[in-house]
Amino acid sequence: MHVTPNLYDYWPYAGRPKIEWPGGKKLAFWIAPNIEFYEFMPRGNPKRQPWPNAIPNVQQYSQRDFGNRVGHLRLMELLDRHNLRGSVSLNVALCDHHPEIIEDCVKRDWEFFSHGIYNTRYSYGLTPQQEQAVLDDSIETVEKATGQRIRGYLAPALTHTEHTLDLIAENDFWYSCDLFQDDQPQPLKTKTGKLVSMPYSLEVNDVITYSVMGFDPDRYTDILKRHFDQLLLEGERSGTVMCIPLHAYLVSQPNRIKMFEQALKHIRAHQDDVWFATGSEIAKHFIDNYWDSSLEDIKQRGMMTGGTGFAS
Amino acid sequence: MNIPKDYLEYPKRSYGQDHDYYDWGLAKDRTKLSWDNDAKVAISFIIPLEFFPLNPSGEPFKHPGAMVTPYPDLRHFTVRDYGNRVGVFRILEALDAADVKATFAVNSEIARHYPPLLEAILSAGHEIAAHGKSTDHIHHEGLTAEEETGLIESTFTHMPRGTRGWLSPARNQSSKTLEHLAQCDVDYCLDWEMDQVPVTATTKNGTVTLIPNSYELSDFTLLHTRRQSEEAWLSQMKASIDLLLEEHVRFGAQMLNLTLTPYVIGQPFRIWALRGLLAHIKDTAHVSVFTAGDIASQFTKQK
Repeated sequence: MHVTPNLYDYWPYAGRPKIEWPGGKKLAFWIAPNIEFYEFMPRGNPKRQPWPNAIPNVQQYSQRDFGNRVGHLRLMELLDRHNLRGSVSLNVALCDHHPEIIEDCVKRDWEFFSHGIYNTRYSYGLTPQQEQAVLDDSIETVEKATGQRIRGYLAPALTHTEHTLDLIAENDFWYSCDLFQDDQPQPLKTKTGKLVSMPYSLEVNDVITYSVMGFDPDRYTDILKRHFDQLLLEGERSGTVMCIPLHAYLVSQPNRIKMFEQALKHIRAHQDDVWFATGSEIAKHFIDNYWDSSLEDIKQRGMMTGGTGFAS
Repeated sequence: MNIPKDYLEYPKRSYGQDHDYYDWGLAKDRTKLSWDNDAKVAISFIIPLEFFPLNPSGEPFKHPGAMVTPYPDLRHFTVRDYGNRVGVFRILEALDAADVKATFAVNSEIARHYPPLLEAILSAGHEIAAHGKSTDHIHHEGLTAEEETGLIESTFTHMPRGTRGWLSPARNQSSKTLEHLAQCDVDYCLDWEMDQVPVTATTKNGTVTLIPNSYELSDFTLLHTRRQSEEAWLSQMKASIDLLLEEHVRFGAQMLNLTLTPYVIGQPFRIWALRGLLAHIKDTAHVSVFTAGDIASQFTKQK
């Protein structure tokens, strides 16, 4: 076991070289609906059981199913009204279970990235070959269902091995949503490829704000507005990224979705300064324009430590 | 299980404290203090800069904020690291805009691995206090005297020269920590909070000034553990200042030590509340911000 992951170098936020998003925009905004499938009778993983009490868990399972049957459409229509495209964090088995939802996303030209096969199958204990099989399955399943080659990854239920990021880089993924250390993208230290650490978010993720912190809808909207305002202010110095990760089984509940719309209205009112993009669009722009200058700045500050993730 | 007979014997049962570090005394009987700038309320901000290893031993207990999910818990490692990379710079910017100096309590693992962070703090004129080695190096009763003084000494080798203050990881001490801190020439300690003014601890190796450090007012406690709103945090900070101003006539000048945790208050959606507090302090007469070391010095002169 390692003391640090060594997946990225220390890079103080102050004084970084300026990032500009296309059109001179200050903040890259993306929205990531998680479209998930939780199994009714999941296989347990030795390191973690899918539900805290017992299997099956009818309340939890059916709340997730509510997200699929009712919630996604509410959210899709809300994003349509505000002319926003989603970047879908997808449990790819959903392509087999509920292809109608995938078709609805494809119609809207949404992007897909892999969030594993099921949210109830964890990465803990997988061999690199088994994890490669998850990636092959992810790439093939989404390509078959949508024609898209996925470029992003968020490990299922945020479960990792020491090999996860090396493997996705090797498979020509462009971005990882697995790390939360920054509000700007940064090159990751993988053995091969060019993999960007893409700001996703736990702090403004509806799972954290609603299920963990227990905030009410007004407070969530207030947090989103303030989060956006601060990152936009800082984006003037060097472009920032804001992501809103969402789960329809939470945000699309009837007590929440209208209040959430107020946050989107606030953000959409700043169109002149904001680049509304998808995960891969942000990653590509960063790789094409700022990959080398970021590494150069880290080097100049004497913080380039060498090695790659989980290898010294 | 049999409870031994001496369980109902109370050898320390007598007037005052049950330890020898300081004497018992009521707030109303204290000698009144005064602070520089004619301040009736002194505030010091403590900003902990903590290193959370990916593979903590969790001994003798899990440090608040330590890893949660099975190894490798990249989620919590990076959420904590956010504070040291991004959040702390928001705090520094807010302090700088308000022209206020704070005390940064630094794990030696942070000092060792993140030198640009220390440079940024020192070049802005803030104070550094030692904060042990890391969140996985908790001081506790199970350590020998050699182990504990070794941890303290090795921590100071990574601190800037002249570092005078100490905050224990998780604010946990052994019953001998103060003795060991005195032996290592530590001037002040931020682990205790038994009064609204500093208190001198006496040990066989000399004295240590205990600067009270409020758990109940810490941003970690209110915003993170208790999940209160930023509005509620800010209004509680203001209410605390108001109360101490009100008490000045009876109890003299008092102080507040306020913790600002980079991965908590340094979030984009929270930093406004710190700016709000700093503006309130600036606009309120007889309230001044000092470093913890400065408060220790002012207190020592009045002893």
